[in-house]
Amino acid sequence: MTLAATAQQTQGFLSTSGVEITFVLVGLVTLGAALVTVTTRQLVHAALWLVVALGGLAVEYLLLTAEFIAWVQVLIYVGSVVVLLLFGLMLTKAPIGRSPDADSGNRPVALAVALTAAVALVWVVVDAFRTTWIDLDGAVQGSTEVTGAVLFRHWVLPFEALSVLLLAALVGAIVLSRKKEQER
Amino acid sequence: MTTTTLAVLVPLLPFLGSAAGLLLGRTAPGFVRPLAVLPTLAAAVLAVLVAFRQGGDEVIDAATQLTPTGSVPIDLSLYIDGFAALVAVLVGVVATCVQVYSTGYLRDDPRYPSYAALVSLFTSAMLLVVYSGDLMVLLVGWEVMGICSYFLVGHYWETPEARAASLKAFLVTKLGDVPFLIGLFALATDAGTFQITGVLGTVASGGLDHPTLIALLLLAGVAGKSAQFPLHTWLPDAMAGPTPVSALIHAATMVAAGIYFTARLLPVFAASAAAMTVLAVMAAITMVGSALAALAQDDIKRVLAYSTIGQLGYMAGALAVGDRGAAVFHLLSHAAFKALLFLAAGAVIHAAGTNSLTAMSRMSGLAKRVPDAYWTMTVALLALAAIPPFAGFFSKEAVLVAAEHTALGERDVAPAGAGWTVLVAGLLTALLTAAYALRLWLRTFRGRGAEAPDHGRQPIAMTSVLWVLAIPSLGFGLTAGYVDDWFDGHALTPTLTTAVLGTGLAAAGAAVTYAVWRTLAARAPVAVPLPHVAHPDADAGSVEAEALHLPHPAEDPADPGRALLGPLHGPAADGFHLDAVYRAAFVRPVLAAASLVRFLDREVVDTYVRAAGDSAKGLGWLVRRAQTGNVQTYLSALLAGSVVLAIAAVALANAVAGA
Amino acid sequence: MHLAYPAVLAALLFCVGLYGVLARRNAILVLMSVELMLNAVNLNLVAFDVWLRDTLHAGQALTLFTIAIAAAEIGIGLAIVLMVHRNQGTSDVDRLRDTAEGPDTPEAPDASDERREPTDEKTEAAA
Repeated sequence: MTLAATAQQTQGFLSTSGVEITFVLVGLVTLGAALVTVTTRQLVHAALWLVVALGGLAVEYLLLTAEFIAWVQVLIYVGSVVVLLLFGLMLTKAPIGRSPDADSGNRPVALAVALTAAVALVWVVVDAFRTTWIDLDGAVQGSTEVTGAVLFRHWVLPFEALSVLLLAALVGAIVLSRKKEQER
Repeated sequence: MTTTTLAVLVPLLPFLGSAAGLLLGRTAPGFVRPLAVLPTLAAAVLAVLVAFRQGGDEVIDAATQLTPTGSVPIDLSLYIDGFAALVAVLVGVVATCVQVYSTGYLRDDPRYPSYAALVSLFTSAMLLVVYSGDLMVLLVGWEVMGICSYFLVGHYWETPEARAASLKAFLVTKLGDVPFLIGLFALATDAGTFQITGVLGTVASGGLDHPTLIALLLLAGVAGKSAQFPLHTWLPDAMAGPTPVSALIHAATMVAAGIYFTARLLPVFAASAAAMTVLAVMAAITMVGSALAALAQDDIKRVLAYSTIGQLGYMAGALAVGDRGAAVFHLLSHAAFKALLFLAAGAVIHAAGTNSLTAMSRMSGLAKRVPDAYWTMTVALLALAAIPPFAGFFSKEAVLVAAEHTALGERDVAPAGAGWTVLVAGLLTALLTAAYALRLWLRTFRGRGAEAPDHGRQPIAMTSVLWVLAIPSLGFGLTAGYVDDWFDGHALTPTLTTAVLGTGLAAAGAAVTYAVWRTLAARAPVAVPLPHVAHPDADAGSVEAEALHLPHPAEDPADPGRALLGPLHGPAADGFHLDAVYRAAFVRPVLAAASLVRFLDREVVDTYVRAAGDSAKGLGWLVRRAQTGNVQTYLSALLAGSVVLAIAAVALANAVAGA
Repeated sequence: MHLAYPAVLAALLFCVGLYGVLARRNAILVLMSVELMLNAVNLNLVAFDVWLRDTLHAGQALTLFTIAIAAAEIGIGLAIVLMVHRNQGTSDVDRLRDTAEGPDTPEAPDASDERREPTDEKTEAAA
């Protein structure tokens, strides 16, 4: 196939480097977990499969040498976001076990849109980047040191602005979830 | 004050009085009567002053231009010759009489303020027509009269007859006014000016390019306003208005305007022999036909209306033979005795409680109830029948003399054929006029049967006016020798031939009528009285409004008119079925066209309109289906659209790159 | 390593998240799917950052920001879902139809054009 042929001109397609094989395998797991997340009929399981998918992504970040991001991914997503989601499920009295109506009636449309988008995106992405090669050797690009230096040297202002945003979100979440006086 | 200022005040005063009357009518009812009578009286006095100062010899011609009006200038101008001065006097006097009479006649009428204001406006418009030296300004007065006649004829608008009559008066006169307007434009285009002096100058120098066309177009308007055949049908129906309005319209204003206009622009008409012939034929048909119709009418006011049409026919005949002196002379004397006839008829109707001649013929002693009306009406009827020495005799003789001179070729203003037509028709009409005048008098005041009811004396405002008008009816003709100055200066005195012929025929007609009446009266038994109005003690206006509803008996064996006319009686009573002809020729097609338009509008145009609305609604209905409230559906649609766009973009990029 | 691998993975993850957003009924599951989509973007950012060897590491910095914003988003989102659940008794996306057209009074398009009752906005006002 042309894809493999062109890739092999520079570097062998699915070259012998273990990184690539690991990346593909972990990617498959991640994708599978994500698929189960959006298709399972058990709501709590969906949250747990989400953990798998997010964790798999963390591994992918590691393989791409972005180790700080990987840890942040584990900490924030797996640690807090999924926990929040589980809290949400419980607070909304989501049924434990299989619920037959987990999918809405919009499913066929959703499937069609998603599949079309997938085909289009994959086609475009492969067409564009089939010969592009990432050089993972050399200086580490995503270590904590590098990321910290970059973040606090060049990205301080957005970083501070982000803290305001987080504060606003905090206040907003509290205000929204607080019960009204008369309801108490 | 100069004569010009006085002349400007003449039409202005009644106009101001009318405006004030309309404004103050409701808030200050006490001022209504003075506001109605005094400006008109002042205008009459000023008109007399203007006439004396003018003296009949020198034409007063003053003009001022308010603003440039394009290629053909329009001026506010006065043009007062002897005719204008005298006609203005007539209009002022008759209008004053009518206003005074109305104060008594419409004593209790709730709409008297607006009525009086409209009469003032009418008077003002007529005076404007008389004095104006500019055809456009004249047209303004002309049209104001049209709308005023509409309002005044429809004064009793509660009755369907009055509504129909007012509409008919308006529409029929408009039918003539449209060609009239076009004719004025054509005339102004040929002459290059709207000034009457300018127009007459152009005619004198032979500068008129289309004399026949212009004259015929103008004649249509004249026929409409002056109720000449075939546009005369509105006038008998206009009797649905109050009697003073009839007097005003028939004597001094509306109908006189057409004759006056023709007299003023006579050279324009005289420039075309065809127009003069048409005018002569029109006048002849009008005279004879209306006299026959008058002989068959049962409503006292309709008899007078048809007689007005006939007398206007005389004036038109005089114009057709090119003698405007005779025409205006007859206009003046006719105005006096016809106003008197109408006002007296109003008093008679009030006293009798009915407007039907048949009903009056079945009550005795009506003359004793209204002695003023009896005597003055007798005088006026004698004048109408042209018995010497009453006014009508002299003026009619003037017409007949002019016709005779033209027929015999002694005058060459008009073709001899026109002269013969007018002469023969005029003599025949003299016979018929005497007949119907006598019939009217006999059936009104010489009835037999139950005693007429006594409703007390008529108001002094009404009776005094009758005597005032009786004076010119009696004596105006005798001034024929003195007023020459105002009438182009040529003599209006009667000649022996026509005097003998006309008077002899009139006497013959009267004698035959009297004989027939005596025979029938002796033969027929005294018939039962006919019903009259329910509230005879109300003021005269209300009685007349009620009398409009009374049925007119179809058959009356004691009617001399029926015996005289024989088989002609039916058509004559119906105005020779002209209304039916008009209905078939104009009303029906217009109604059919209107229903066609209505159909097109309702069924064709509206279909598109409705379809536009319905399609928008249907589209909205469809779009509303999409508003399910389900966010996922919306999002799906949005993303599907994005994907399609993205694919399209990529495909396009590839296609471009591939190419 | 081929750039195509992370790129394709990101694309597929994104589409899986897309499917979840469109197909799931429970609002919390929809939020999970949104997380998946965000992560797909993050993966892309990191991969391209590594490939381009950006000295400012804009990709990684942006990924960190995205993670933070995602955390804020999930907090607010859950709060809203809880609120809706408390008011409406359900967190099913397809049952929250307050913005729908009213229940079809004029079926035929040419029926009378009388104004219908505005939809009940009591719950939104409470929210």
